[in-house]
Amino acid sequence: MERYEPVLLPAVENLHRIDIYEAHGGYERIRKAFTMSPAKVIAEVKASGLRGRGGAAFPTGLKWSFMPAETDRPKYLCVNADESEPGSFKDRQILERNPHLLIEGILIAGWAMGIGTAYIYIRGEYESWARMVERALAEAHERGYIGARMRETFGTDYAIDIHVHRGAGAYICGEESSLMNSIEGLRPYPRIKPPFPAQRGLWGCPTTINNVETIANVPVIIERGAAWYASVGAEKQPGPILYGISGHVNRPGVYEFPTGMLLTELIYDVAGGVPGGKCIKMVIPGGTSMPPLRGDRIEGVRMDVESLKAVGCGIGTASLIVMDEDTDLLDVLTRIASFYWNESCGQCTPCREGTGWMFKILQRLQGGDGGPGDLDLLVSVAGNIEGNTVCALGEAAAWPVKYTIERFRSELEEHVRRHATKRSTGGPIRTLAGSETRIPISSQRENP
Amino acid sequence: MTVSNETVFTPEDLAAVEEIRKRYPTAQAALMGVLHLYTRRFGPITEKAIRHVAELLGLTPEDVLSVVTFYEMYHRPPARWNILVCTNVSCRLCGAGMVLETLRDVLGIGPGETTPDGLFAVQEAECLGSCGTAPMLSVNEEYHERLTPDAIRALIERLKPASPPDAWGGGSR
Repeated sequence: MERYEPVLLPAVENLHRIDIYEAHGGYERIRKAFTMSPAKVIAEVKASGLRGRGGAAFPTGLKWSFMPAETDRPKYLCVNADESEPGSFKDRQILERNPHLLIEGILIAGWAMGIGTAYIYIRGEYESWARMVERALAEAHERGYIGARMRETFGTDYAIDIHVHRGAGAYICGEESSLMNSIEGLRPYPRIKPPFPAQRGLWGCPTTINNVETIANVPVIIERGAAWYASVGAEKQPGPILYGISGHVNRPGVYEFPTGMLLTELIYDVAGGVPGGKCIKMVIPGGTSMPPLRGDRIEGVRMDVESLKAVGCGIGTASLIVMDEDTDLLDVLTRIASFYWNESCGQCTPCREGTGWMFKILQRLQGGDGGPGDLDLLVSVAGNIEGNTVCALGEAAAWPVKYTIERFRSELEEHVRRHATKRSTGGPIRTLAGSETRIPISSQRENP
Repeated sequence: MTVSNETVFTPEDLAAVEEIRKRYPTAQAALMGVLHLYTRRFGPITEKAIRHVAELLGLTPEDVLSVVTFYEMYHRPPARWNILVCTNVSCRLCGAGMVLETLRDVLGIGPGETTPDGLFAVQEAECLGSCGTAPMLSVNEEYHERLTPDAIRALIERLKPASPPDAWGGGSR
């Protein structure tokens, strides 16, 4: 493994404090950006090859270039810290360990696109992390790095306000248009696109939505230049990336390395391999909404958009969930299905109904009441969700079901047979999916 | 359900509402922040709260209702300590079942239940972003990670004497 020095999460103690951050070159990158024209900053980010780290891997510079340069309307930036994809726990590290890098990235992005207000949308459960970001924002304010005083501090005409907006427990708010509705105080149903956010975003104004890690990469690009950035990692998706590794590994955690690392390198060298030296049955490489890979097919596969696409997979949030040979796949799949059913916003019928059907069929299989035909039924339901919804939650719900069945068909068939036998002999049926224990919101409300 | 009778914002709360409002071009956008403030002070959002918040922000009760019913955090059970146990994939692979069993052992309740004294409520949660430090639980949004049965028992012991059972309502969160 090549030596790599982290730039997003460098090993500097107390880097979350503004004095330490400044001592390590902090808020110098925004000064440098101010010496460049906004168009030049966008060109630099384009040339760097940075692609969004929130799941879709859309080229960041290109997204920024969609924002109208000349407009009478206010422009907005939303930073997506709604991190809720099962398996993803990387953005939290930036909020906690390097929040000023995020703030400096917002300043640079704001300058590049001429944005006057930014919202950092932090998932509601991250209350502690929202406080950390608020503290960092207060420090930056005090130093005159944010708000009206920026004009004195940096000697420019440009100023931006940055606010934290807290979510309240809804996965769908990580979808960019749902996130905007959430900020506006509307029911957060995803919007139909087009119009795209750069045309009509927050309050109908030009808006860009970027993931936390994406924005945190921006100061690095400005400091080291697009050429350096483009030379790091995979050619078609370059740069440093935060890999989150969890599940059956000896050293789970978030690790920063260049894109394009071998899956085996990450699992065995970085995360210390599988406890008990067991074999790997399945790896989900990008959060639960990405198609899973068979453990016997990960050799030689690299963690970047193109390499994973070639094996029928996606990088998502670069969050690897490793499952050993003893893992009950039906149990895992049922839990995943229960998640998407629970988090479907209910706007589109195929997703609202289909996620519930898939969950019920899987529960039935788990309980021993299903038959082998149910696997085909599941694939059929998944196929009727995919592509038929306003947002990508449809695909996120359909893919794990469709591809797990496709890639583990014989094992699942065997499983179904075994469960059916268990049932007929009166064996125990244990489920942890817990859907029965959820109380419908309507019954939790107090009557007037 | 015991709800404090004093579900009225103090002048300090109203100042906080004003601070939230200033962040946005519309009053409606302040809604989630105000609802967070309300739940922190008084517990789950009630019909009365909906009318109160609507009036405060110049919205219709329906505007507020459509947002309130969507989010999970505005409906946490009215217990002093709200325990969320992540049972999603990574936690499940690493011992979420152990966490639930230990809690059942110590508290005598399972997911969706509240102890009779109103001190503890346990719920299963979706992924809370602790996959690398699984298994985990959160108590009133404070994370406890890399759990073992002993750590869970010690945590519950620490929480137990916190306050009398009926005191959760008056700004205990």
